[in-house]
Parts: sequence; structure tokens; C-alpha cells
Amino acid sequence: MGKLYTDAVAALDGVLFDGMTIMAGGFGLCGIPENAIQAILDSGVKDLTIISNNCGVDGFGLGKLLDAKRIRKMVSSYVGENKEFERQFLAGELELEFNPQGTLAERIRAGGAGIPGFYVKTGVGTVIAEGKDHRDFDGETYIMETGLTADLSIVKAWKADPQGNLIYRKTARNFNPMMASAGKVTLAEVEDIVELGELDADAIHTPGIFVQRLIKGEFEKRIEQRTTRTKEG
Amino acid sequence: MAWTREDMARRAAQEMEDGFYVNLGIGIPTLVANFIDESIDVTLQSENGMLGMGPFPYEGEEDPDLINAGKQTITELRRTSYFSSADSFAMIRGGHIDLSILGAMEVSGTGDIANWMIPGKMVKGMGGAMDLVAGVKRVVVIMDHTSKAGDPKLLKTCSLPLTGTGVVDRIITNLGVFDVTDDGLVLVELAPEVTVDDVKASTEAKFALAEGLAV
Repeated sequence: MGKLYTDAVAALDGVLFDGMTIMAGGFGLCGIPENAIQAILDSGVKDLTIISNNCGVDGFGLGKLLDAKRIRKMVSSYVGENKEFERQFLAGELELEFNPQGTLAERIRAGGAGIPGFYVKTGVGTVIAEGKDHRDFDGETYIMETGLTADLSIVKAWKADPQGNLIYRKTARNFNPMMASAGKVTLAEVEDIVELGELDADAIHTPGIFVQRLIKGEFEKRIEQRTTRTKEG
Repeated sequence: MAWTREDMARRAAQEMEDGFYVNLGIGIPTLVANFIDESIDVTLQSENGMLGMGPFPYEGEEDPDLINAGKQTITELRRTSYFSSADSFAMIRGGHIDLSILGAMEVSGTGDIANWMIPGKMVKGMGGAMDLVAGVKRVVVIMDHTSKAGDPKLLKTCSLPLTGTGVVDRIITNLGVFDVTDDGLVLVELAPEVTVDDVKASTEAKFALAEGLAV
């Protein structure tokens, strides 16, 4: 059975339903699955729970789904770049669950690895710890966090082979590898699909077992904060 | 004369030691990178998945796949490695990062820190701050000594929602440097021409004086 689809619309056929949970890779606008986000928007699916570190910016990335009011709940660590997010949240139209960034990453890793719960010291003594199981190990207090999985994970990588083996590029890796492992179905979109054997098997970041569907995408790769220095002399 | 933002960043750079792995927060802490002593070897970590963070790129050389935790375009160095967010926070939570320098809205005399949420305002989220203060070996805060309204930020007890409890080791403000010890706060340095009375007038938390600062 092949994993390769012609585009994101074809790759998401039969996968989407109202009220589903979707994990979306990326940090800010870096390493986001632009093609799958557009196809999800075009499909009309709604009442989504989105697990993603951020929620894009107004009009781009996950901000597109937000603008179209498709998101019911966000599970994130930081959402400060988005005016429409603030408006919907303050109007009570949008549910929001904050997770410390490392806790979010580990919850997704754990979910994909079949680990339902684990203990961390992050957030002990803060609002994050309220209602959570506390336990002492070697005299230090930890709180229990739970693993996360999703109906669908959409991830973005740099290169793939037809088996779905993935290689990411630079800091565009971020949440993508853990999310690939935590989706019941994972759609990977990549910049380039190479022949079997062309990727260095020792350098593969996500083994193809975690990827069910694969497309070659088109990417704008927008930069959120363009910072530069000037050449001297 | 109280320290400027640059003075505070320069002072914070002295917290670095040879061989350190360091995570710098957003704002004044980012400036600290400009003042690291060239005779020591320091590797900067960016929690979105990079060790060995380089300076901003030259114009025209920006790479959308290469950003720091503040989402700014940056560059790599010869020593650079990239990794996932889970590996990044394994470094942070697992105590492998030597030093975190970050900003704060409030710090208590027992090392509690509040830097992510003001009730009544839109909450943007804690990002990696809770993981950093809980996991990094040494936590140094840089902040103005008082708020814009002139209210003390070094308090007996934080009034804002906490980022972590009992986690701060040192505080660098525009008036001086404080250590959080088992016996409470100790003022260990004063900015030039700042007096102990100046500090007392704008500090709610009780503090002791280090040797040499005693009146």
C-alpha cells in the first residue's frame, strides 16, 4: 500500500470529521504544515481541538483556521502573536489550555510512545499543578502529566522517501517528530521526495512507520521576525 | 547612578563560566550575548531546538528554517546541533543546562518568580519559562528594580501567578545584585552611586547586606 498522495486534499480524504483532535507541527511559523492547514480549511471541518505550540499569526498558518472559526479549543504553550485569537478568547468563543512548552513536548512524545502518564517538576507550586497528582521522588515534589494523542497529526519535514522516512531541516524540526508518532493518522508534507536509498539511513529523524500519508507540498515559509545585522567595513 | 539596560546585561554576562551551556530569555537577557567575555567558551541554547546559536544573519541571508525562541532569524556556528523540542526540554528539565538568564515581573525573597501572567490582561502563555526555572541548574533574573509605576518588584510574596517556587538564585536589577540564600535575600553588589538606603526605599522584601556593604 503506497503512502504517497498527489496533494493534501487527496491525502486527507476520509480522515476529517467535526470535533476531531489534530496535532500541528511547527514553532511560530517555522516548520508548519502549510498545505494540510489549507486543505483542512477548504474541507469545512469544524469544532476542532488543535494541539500546537502556537496558533500562527493573523491570516497565516493556524491563524487561517482561527479566522474561519473552525477551532473550538487550542492546546498550546504560547499564543501571543495573534489578535483574532485574543478577540475570540476574550469573547468566550475559544477554549484554551496552556501547557509549559517542555511539558507539551513530552506529553506528545509520551502519547506516541504508549506512555499514559509521567512526572515532572515543571509547574509545581503554580496554577499548572492545580488538580494534578503530586508525588515525591528522592525528597523532591513532582506532578503527573498525561500523554497526548490525536486523531490526525499534520507535520512538515524537509525530505522524505516513499516509505515516509523523514528528515527535517534546522530549527524547523521542533514539535514535528513527536507529533508524527502521536497521530492515529499522520500526514507528512515535505519539500522534496527522493528515491528509496537516497536518504542516509543513519540520518533519518522520523522512521516511516510513524507516517501513513505523504505529499510533496508547496511552501511560502513566511518569516515572523526578520532580524539581520549589517556587514562591517 | 543606577545601571542602564546595557549595564545590567554586561553585569549578567559575568555570570557565565568557561564551558557553560546557557539559555537566554527574551528581552534584556538576549542582550547578554553581546557582552560574553571572548576568553571563555559558552554555548547558547535556544529551546526551539538548537545548541550553538549564532548572531543575526546578514541581510539577504535569512533562513526561514533557522530561528530562535523569540522567532527571530539567526545563524548557526560550526559547533551547532539541532534537535526536537522533546530533546531540547530533556536538556532543560534534566538539569543539563548550566545557566538560565531571564526577565521577571516579580521575584520574592524566597526565590519565587512570576513572569508569565497578569490577571485581567490577555494571557499569552508561559512558553518554556516554567520548564527553564524548574530544570536549569542556576537561574538568574534581570529586571528593573521597580515597575513603571514605581512599585517594588522584589517582594515578600509574589502577587502575580507564579512561574516557579524557590527557583531563583540571583537577581540583577538596575540598583544592584541580590542572592537568594537559605536565610533570605542578600544584597551583594550596588550599582555605582546607589546607596543601601536607595535600595531599601524601593524594595519590599527584607534583605541582608553582604560583607563590605555593611553601613
